[in-house]
Parts: sequence; C-alpha cells; structure tokens
Amino acid sequence: MTDAISSFGAVGRPVSIHTDGAAKARLKGRYRTETWFKWLGAGAVALAGLFLVLLLSTIVTQAIPALRQNYLTLPIDLSAAKVDPAKLDEVNYDAIAQEALAARFPDVTSRQDRRLLRGLISTGTGVFLRKDIAADPGMLGGTVDYAVPVDDFADLYLKGLLADVGSDEAISTSVTPSKTSGDIDLTFGDDAMLALARGRGATEGENGMLTLTSGASSLLVVFNGGTVKLTALWPGPSGTAVAKGTVIEALDSTAPAASGQAFLRVIDTPEASRKISDKEIVWLDTLKSAGQIESRFNSIFFFTGASREPELAGVWGAVVGSFLTMIVTLAIAFPIGVSAAIYLEEFAPKNRLTTIIEVNINNLAAVPSIVFGLLGLAVFLNFFGMPRSAPVVGGMVLALMTLPIIIIASRASLRAVPPSIREAALGIGASKAQTVFHHVLPLAMPGIMTGTILGMAHALGETAPLLMIGMVAFIVDIPGGFTDPATILPVQIFMWADFPEAGFQQKTSAAILILLLFLVIMNAIAVILRRRFERRW
Amino acid sequence: MVGYLVVLLLVLAAAAYWIGRTRAIASVNGDVARLHSLPGQHGMFLALFAAGPALLAILLWSLVTPGIESSIIADRFSSELSGMGIPQVEAFIRDARAMAFGGLVGFADPTKEAAAAVYKSVHTTSTWIIWAVALVLSASGFYWAYSRIAQAYRARHVVERVLRAFLIACSVVAILTTIGIVLSLIFESLRFFQQVPFYKFLFGTHWSPQSAFTGAGAEAGAVNQDIFGMVPLFAGTLLITLIAMLVAAPIGLMAAIYLSDYASKSVRAVAKPVLEILAGIPTVVYGFFAALTVAPYFRGIGESLGLNVASESALAAGVVMGIMIIPFVSSLSDDVINAVPQSLRDGSAGLGATKSETIRKVVLPAALPGIVSAMLLAVSRAIGETMIVVMAAGLAANLTANPLEAVTTVTVQIVTLLVGDQEFDSAKTLAAFALGLVLFCITLTLNIVALRVVQKYREQYD
Amino acid sequence: MTEAGVEQKLSSGTNAPSIKMKGEKVSVHYGEKRALFDVDLDVRENQVTALIGPSGCGKSTFLRCLNRMNDTIDIARVSGKITLDGEDVYDPKIDVVELRARVGMVFQKPNPFPKSIYENVAYGPRIHGLARSKSELDGIVESSLKKAGLFNEVKDRLLESGTGLSGGQQQRLCIARAIAVSPEVILMDEPCSALDPIATARVEELIDELRQNYTIVIVTHSMQQAARVSQRTAMFHLGYLVEEGATDKMFTNPDDKRTQDYITGRFG
Repeated sequence: MTDAISSFGAVGRPVSIHTDGAAKARLKGRYRTETWFKWLGAGAVALAGLFLVLLLSTIVTQAIPALRQNYLTLPIDLSAAKVDPAKLDEVNYDAIAQEALAARFPDVTSRQDRRLLRGLISTGTGVFLRKDIAADPGMLGGTVDYAVPVDDFADLYLKGLLADVGSDEAISTSVTPSKTSGDIDLTFGDDAMLALARGRGATEGENGMLTLTSGASSLLVVFNGGTVKLTALWPGPSGTAVAKGTVIEALDSTAPAASGQAFLRVIDTPEASRKISDKEIVWLDTLKSAGQIESRFNSIFFFTGASREPELAGVWGAVVGSFLTMIVTLAIAFPIGVSAAIYLEEFAPKNRLTTIIEVNINNLAAVPSIVFGLLGLAVFLNFFGMPRSAPVVGGMVLALMTLPIIIIASRASLRAVPPSIREAALGIGASKAQTVFHHVLPLAMPGIMTGTILGMAHALGETAPLLMIGMVAFIVDIPGGFTDPATILPVQIFMWADFPEAGFQQKTSAAILILLLFLVIMNAIAVILRRRFERRW
Repeated sequence: MVGYLVVLLLVLAAAAYWIGRTRAIASVNGDVARLHSLPGQHGMFLALFAAGPALLAILLWSLVTPGIESSIIADRFSSELSGMGIPQVEAFIRDARAMAFGGLVGFADPTKEAAAAVYKSVHTTSTWIIWAVALVLSASGFYWAYSRIAQAYRARHVVERVLRAFLIACSVVAILTTIGIVLSLIFESLRFFQQVPFYKFLFGTHWSPQSAFTGAGAEAGAVNQDIFGMVPLFAGTLLITLIAMLVAAPIGLMAAIYLSDYASKSVRAVAKPVLEILAGIPTVVYGFFAALTVAPYFRGIGESLGLNVASESALAAGVVMGIMIIPFVSSLSDDVINAVPQSLRDGSAGLGATKSETIRKVVLPAALPGIVSAMLLAVSRAIGETMIVVMAAGLAANLTANPLEAVTTVTVQIVTLLVGDQEFDSAKTLAAFALGLVLFCITLTLNIVALRVVQKYREQYD
Repeated sequence: MTEAGVEQKLSSGTNAPSIKMKGEKVSVHYGEKRALFDVDLDVRENQVTALIGPSGCGKSTFLRCLNRMNDTIDIARVSGKITLDGEDVYDPKIDVVELRARVGMVFQKPNPFPKSIYENVAYGPRIHGLARSKSELDGIVESSLKKAGLFNEVKDRLLESGTGLSGGQQQRLCIARAIAVSPEVILMDEPCSALDPIATARVEELIDELRQNYTIVIVTHSMQQAARVSQRTAMFHLGYLVEEGATDKMFTNPDDKRTQDYITGRFG
C-alpha cells in the first residue's frame, strides 16, 4: 500500500522530510539534548538529597559521642575527719575528690603534674558529691567508691576523638632501664627501634642521634609495671639501641625485660597537635585498664541546665524554656489566628479594609523574622517594660510571627468546606454564627490543627528574633515560670556552636538532634492528622 | 496574685453561665420554646458581662502598670538618679525590678535595694487596686445583665455581636503588628538620624560602630558620624545573596522541573519529603553546618589550590544559604510550572516536540513571570536570613566582591549591635533599628513586586 | 487491498483514494475503565474523515490514538494496531516525535503559545530543524499562514502575541502552526467548539481547502459540520464504532438505527 503515497507534500518538499536520513540525524541530536536535560533535573534532585544526607550524617555522627559520658570511680574518703556531718556546707568536696585521685597516683609529685592530674576530673565533681551526700547521708563515715564525671578533654580522649593511639605491641628484644623513675636511659637489644622512630617523625641529628620532639608521634614503652616516654634514641654498641626517656609511671625494678615482655605504644597524633598530653593519656589508660572508667548514658546532658564546662552542660533548661515559650505562642497565636481566619473567610464584607488586612497578612508572612525581634525589643521590652529573656515575651514575638501562617492555613481549610454545608445550616434557620461554629469550624478543624502544628514547628526552630529580646543570656537555672529568664533550644545551639571548647561541638550536634526530634514529632502529628481527618469534598 | 484573680473571674464566668441559663429557664417556667434565645445563650450573655469587662481591665492594667510603676520609682529616687544618663536610669530601674520580683540583676547596691522595696510596695498597692476594680466591674456587669434576662430578651444577638467584635479585633492584630513594626522601626531610626545624618548612613562606605564614640566620660555623647556607612553591609548582603541564588536557582528550578515532568511516582515519593525536610530544618542548624563543616572544608580546598580562603568566607555562608533556599525555590517554581495549562504542553507535543523542548521552549517562557517572582521571593528570603550569616559570615565590614573573603551583612550587624549588654539609647543600638528599617523596606518591596507579578501571571491563565 | 478497501470500492463505486491510516481492533483502557472497544477504521488519503457521536463515545480517544497523544496520560493503555502507511505506530521502533511530526494535531480549545504569531508558526519547523536559513523559515511561516487563510489578517503584526488574536484567528493560527511542520495527516479535535458561527464557517472553509494536500481526521459534535466538511463519517457510541461510510450516505440512509436516531437528534 505504501507505493500509493504521493511522494510530494505541501510545501513542495518530499513528504519523507520527517523520515529521511537528515531527519533521523536531527532526531538523534534532539534525543541527546533530551537525555541531558533529564539527567540535569535528576542531578538537581540528587544534589538536594545529597545535601540533606551530608547535613544529617554530619550532625548525627558528631552527636552520637555526646550521648554518653565517661565516669571515673574513685575511693573517696568521707570519714568524719574529712567531712564533718554537722557542717556539710563548709566542706571542700572538690578537694576531697582530688585527694582521692592523687592517692591513686602517688608518684605524681610535681605541682605542675598534680594540677594536670586534678584536671582529669570535672570541676563539677564537688557539686555532684555534695548533692549526693545530701540525698544519701549514709555515704558518710567511711570510704565509698564514687563515680565522678571526667573532664571534657579526658572524655573526648576516652571516646577516641582527640588522639589516635595504636594498640600495644610487644617489643621483640630485651629492654633494660637504668633507673625506675625520673629521666632514664633504656637499652634495647637490637636497633629496630631506630628505624621505627625515623618512620614516626623523629628529627635526625649528629652521630645518628634521633630526637623525638612534640611534633613527632609519641613512643611509649610499657614494661616492669611502668611507662616510659622516649625522648631521644641513638645507636648503641654492637647493634643495640639506646634511648633516653622520661618515666611517666614508675617502674617496679631496673631488671631487664625479656623479649616480648616490654610493649611499645605509639600515639600517632603528635603531642603538639592534640589537646591532651602524653601523661594524661597514660593516666587515663591506666585508670581504664584498672576498670575504674565507665561509659554511662549522659544523664547530665539531658537533665541539667547550661554550663560553661562542656561535661556539665545540659539541654534541659533550654528544653523547658522552649516548652514555656511554645505554650505562650500557642495560647496567643491559635485563638487569634483562627478567629481572624473565621472573620476574614466567613463574616468579612468585601471592602477595602478586608483587602488591606489580606494583603497585610500575606506581606507579614514574608517579613524577615529578625524584624519581629526588633518589634519585640522596641515594643514589649522598652515600651511596655516587660522582662528581658522571659518566655512570655519570646512567646509573644513568636506568636506574632506565626500568626500569618496560622491565618493562611486556617483560611485555606475553611475555604475547603463546601458551601452546601453552610447553605444547609442557614436553610434550617441557624444564625451565621451558629452555622460557622457548629458546622463549618468542626469540619475545618483538622486542617486548622495541621496548619497550626506546622506553624508551631516553624516557631520552635526560630532563633533570630529571640536573640533580640535577650534570650541569648547565659542562664544556668531551669526556668520555673513564664517570666523567669530562660533560653530556648535553638538559641542554646547557637551559643554552644560559638564556644571554643571541642566538647561543645558534640553537645551542639546532640542538641540539634533533640531539636530535630521534636520537629519530626510535630510534623509526624501533622501528617497523621492530615491523613486521618482530611476529607476531599 | 493577679493570676488568682483571672482564675477567680473564670470561675465566676462559669457560675454566671449556669445562673443565666437557670434564670432564663425559670423566667418561662421551663417552657424553653417561648424564649427568644436559647437558655445557653442567656448563660453566655451573663458570663460575658460578669467576666468580660473585668478581664479587659486586667489586660489593660498589665500593659500599663510596668510603665507607671517605673515612672513612680524614677520620681521617688529623682535625686539619686539626677546625675545619670537615660541608659543608666533604665539599668537602675531594670535592676530594682529584678530585685523586687526576681530576675537577672546586673549588680546590687543599697539605693537599688531601697528602690526595690518601694517597687514592691507600689506593686502591692496597684495589685489591690486592680482586684477591687475587677471585682466591682464583675459585680456590676453581672447585676446589669442579670436584670435583663427575660423571655423576650435577645441574648443571642448580643452574644453574637460581641463574638463578631472579638473576631474583628483578632483580624486587626495582624494590622497592628505591621503598624507596630513600622512605627517602632521609624521611631527609633529617626532618633538615630538625629545623631547621624541619613545620607551618611545610606551612602557611607565605612562601618565600624564598635568605636562609635569619640569622647569619653561626660562628653561621651559625641558620635563619630562617619563610621555608620551601610554600603559595605549592603554589598556584603548582596554578595552572599548572589552566591546563594547561584546555588539555589538552578538546582531548585531543575528539581521542580524534574519532579513535575519527569520523575516517576516512586522518585517523587522520596524526593518531595527530602525537599520538605530540607525546608523544615531550622536555620540555626544550617548555620552550625556552615560554620563547622562547610567553611573549614572550603578553606581546605582553597589551601590545596593555593588560594587564601577566609575562615568566615562569603562563599561558605552563601552556599549553605543556597542549600537552605533550594526547597523554597523548587516549591514556588513547582506551583508556577504546574499553573502552565496542559493545553500548551499538548499543543507542543502534538507538533512533535520532545519533553525537554516543550519545557524549555514553551513551558518555561510561559512561566517566566512566575519564575521571576519566585526568584524575587527567594532573594527576599536570603536577604532577611539571619542565623546562617551570624554563625558563618564575618563581622568586619569589608567592601569587596571576592567571595573568598569575609564580608558582613545587614542582619549580622543588627544581631551584633543588639546582643549583649547595651544601653538602649546609644547610636549603636539605634543604628540596628535603622538597618532593620532598610531590611524591612527592601524585603517588603521585593515581596510586593513578586506578589504583583504572580497575580498578573495567574490572571493570564484564569 | 484489504477487505475494507475492497468493500469501500464496491460501496462507493468510484476510484477510491488509498488508505493513509488504518486502525484494527483498537481498544483503550483508562485504568480499569475501558473507553474504546475493538474499533476498525480506515482513514483515506486527501479526504476529510469526520468522527461523530454523543459525548464520551470514544471519538476523541480514538483520535488521540492516531498520533499517540494518549501517551501523555499515565493511566491510558492502548491495544490493537494502528498503521500509518502500513507501519504500526505503536511499534517500539517508531519514534513518537517523528510520528507526531507526520500526524499533526489541532485541539478543541485554541492553544497558541504565549509567543509572537511568527514564533508560534516557526516553533514546529525550528524544533524539527526543517529550515536551513532564516529566509527559508520566513517562507515556511508565510506559506503556512497563507494556507491557513490568516496571512492577510496578521501580516502587519507578526511579532505581536498570538494570544491577542480573536478565538477564530487563534484556531487558524494553531492550524497554521500544525501545517508548518508539513504533516501528512492533521487531526482536529472539535476545532470549532470554542468558536462563534462566523469563525466556524471560516475554519470549515479552510478544512475543505486543506483537503487538497493533507489527510484530515476531525472530531465534531455538530452533525451539520460533519455533513459540510467531510467525505467520510464514522459514528461512535459508548466506545464502539457503530457505522462508517461515505458522508452523504450516512446522513441520508444510515444502516444503523442508532446513527439514524443520533443524526435526527433523538439522542446525544
């Protein structure tokens, strides 16, 4: 049948203009563009997903260590000689705990080292001890094993976040010390140690002298019940190697350790580029291997207020502050927002005022949040003289900010109720108000609730306006009321992110996780509400 | 104390409701059908009049008393305060109030303690006054309304009229908010412009308000007018916004196109929530991400390329802000793209166009006004965004177009000027309000233009 | 010659034009719902074939199958066979872009792109790369507009927006846009339903002229229109092809009772 086709078409060109070779070639090019375009779009979506994964994974991996805290169990002497039960408030509990720690390391004698050692436990130890004794006076009168939180750097080290420490490896030759403490010489049975030190960044000097500065990895030799840090090595007579070292933990004896009896521990991160010294590492490792260090669920983080010390800082104050603030926001924004939506959607005549209100609400929804903060500062704090840093003011500012969101969502959901419902109610003689409150509003309620929850979630994550009204103040106490000074979770995150201590980085991430958890819960409720109750008319 | 009063009034209202209902039923000897309004409406009517005026009085009282109390204190202690400037007086009163009612006290001294005592007694007096006023209002309102309740009384009309007035009042809150914003910004800005001429503020190129005062001591009022030039802030804001839009505009737009025209149902089911989650993450989280992850990463890349990247580079803040805006751009673009009628797509497909040809040559040109307005809204959002730049951008006001250097923005400076202990009257804090005014005007203009464009565009297809 | 062709020859008695497109047992499902039931219909070259029937009878569905416009509807599923010059258009080897270039379409509601008149007409040739130079493109635009009978009305405002034209002009612009691609078949889906009577008359005239160079399939609600413009008519009802034949015969002496009832206005 194909032979019946006329071979010339409309404009005097062959009909096969769409099927000839040139057309096929053009088509191929067009499809190439098509594929490109499609992949560009897919790439954009993938990129957005990648960003999300990157962001969340960064935060989650940083937050996980903060969920646990290491505790050091020390035998603490609470006998009457140390703690007078009649004068519990006058006791220096910190000193008692520090003495217990010092007693654990009797070799540490120099002032500098004692101070370093004291730094291993948290500065909040005394406070915890006082509180626990007050709660349980039965602890008094003898020595008790008491777990104290370790300092933030010690904690980070124990979590493996401050330094890379290799496992102990047996030294396959004999090691002979010259003394048991102080600066000593070690003699190794062969010179394998020299090559190892070279590979670990030792500085090469004259006569094959190798110096291990703080820029090189730390080499620790563990034997005879003690630990020696090597500072320099050089070739000894007849294939041996000699090292100079500092004893960190005293040796039991100067007896030579046989091959396989001494162990080498390498701390890969040079001492100069980590925030914890070799000595602290050795002490912590000793305590850990003695089973005195225990990693527990970090209840301090979840159930206490803010602190300048990372290991003592908690989010509970901020959570309570956020909660109080949200109550105020909800109490103001929900009734006013829904009322305004009802008026505008059901009652308002179509006049200039209504149009102005509508335009105004749309614009208000797009005003930068920080401007609401300025409003709060100028009007609530300075004009009305309300208290700074208080949840009530924060809640009012956030309520004004959330109001447009709630109004817009509520109006949309009122509009979705079909007019037939209104007509039916009006038709049996209900007043306009009865129609709205008995029939329309209940049907629109799920949508209104969904919009409100989403608006509240938005308010919960808001930070900038609250900085303006002083909620950024450093507040240790858990707020107990709407006018108490408080801070809120996002502001707490902002403040912690600014603190230089490494320990706060994990706390910040963990606080973010908590904030995100609340947001997820709120959004999930909104989604469920929408699924359960949404009607399509 | 006043909290108890409110609770008491609410209890009274509940009681009044019940009494009103009972009286209405009694007035017709139980034949409810003879009543003009339902018994419940009579109850509501009585409750409204028993508690409403008193509650309004309490609201008014709680708004004005702090001011009145402060002025009484300032008056009582005028001799002690005479040597102080306005900021010190404010700090004094703030501390005295904090000592009297609890709160953050700057530092205490005997005068303040005396003032706190006076504060307490004044407050007790005013509390008693409001109790008395509220109870009198409540009783008289109850008496008046109670005497009205009768068979023919139109309680429903009254209740509905009050309800309507309440609804109107609620809608007006939005307008009051706008008025409040505009007035407070203009008022404080005017005070700023009394100290610094506005042309020096708008066109000056030097910004360092931390050294605002030339003199010291009693002469400390002299303000150096040349350090309030906002041009570097504005330039910095634009630079970061530009970077953010370079990230967000193409990715957001392409994502919207892909999701609306190409993606399969399952891809959409994953990608839409991803974008929603990105949109729901608080900006402070993005700020943390920018400052602690992205900025050091860019710095590292820069170092390996031999470039000097500032640790608070505009690039890091801009890129992260761009990521934050992606879902905003894509959801707005999605609306706009879907508003292009299917008939145009069919028309193009019917001519043998491929999907991408239809999108590029028909849909996008047709949607252009909407896309432009979406971009304007996104720019407005970027300009007003605060936390990311506060955490990841710098504080020094450099006038530069180099994205690798640190710049500062309008919002960063507002936060820096107002966070921390500041006297409220200094040129520094007032400058923050002037910046706020500029920010408000810019974003408002962008929004209005964008909404207009969208409206015009919608009309085209409706 | 197929059976249908032979039958056609016998029934019309003249030298029948060859068959350009052919549908065999065409069925369409929209999801669970079946919209078309085993339709066999031929479209003859350089003739106007009208598809008539009450709303929802499947005539538009069939039309949209001819250039696979149903592909754009996710839930639509087509079975059976449709050929263009003997080639199965649903064959995976057939490219839908090429098919639509050869089988153009004009829609119910005029849908000019929000571009200039010139750009509207030039759009097809541009995407298909039909013009090697600007002057050649100008030539295509001019001749297409002339064929659509629109050139004299718009020649002074080619750069103005196509959406600014009147409804009838817009529809002729859409026809010109379809012609510019040099299709072999033009499908028209109720092209006059949104137009006033004068504009309708103008478009009908145009369809008659276009028959010289193109094969045309038109869906129409109006029996009069089918009678005026078409040579052959197919009557659809409830997804079935009721009857098909020469237009004059269909309107004077239909075989099927339903056709009779429909054209006399008893239902539909």
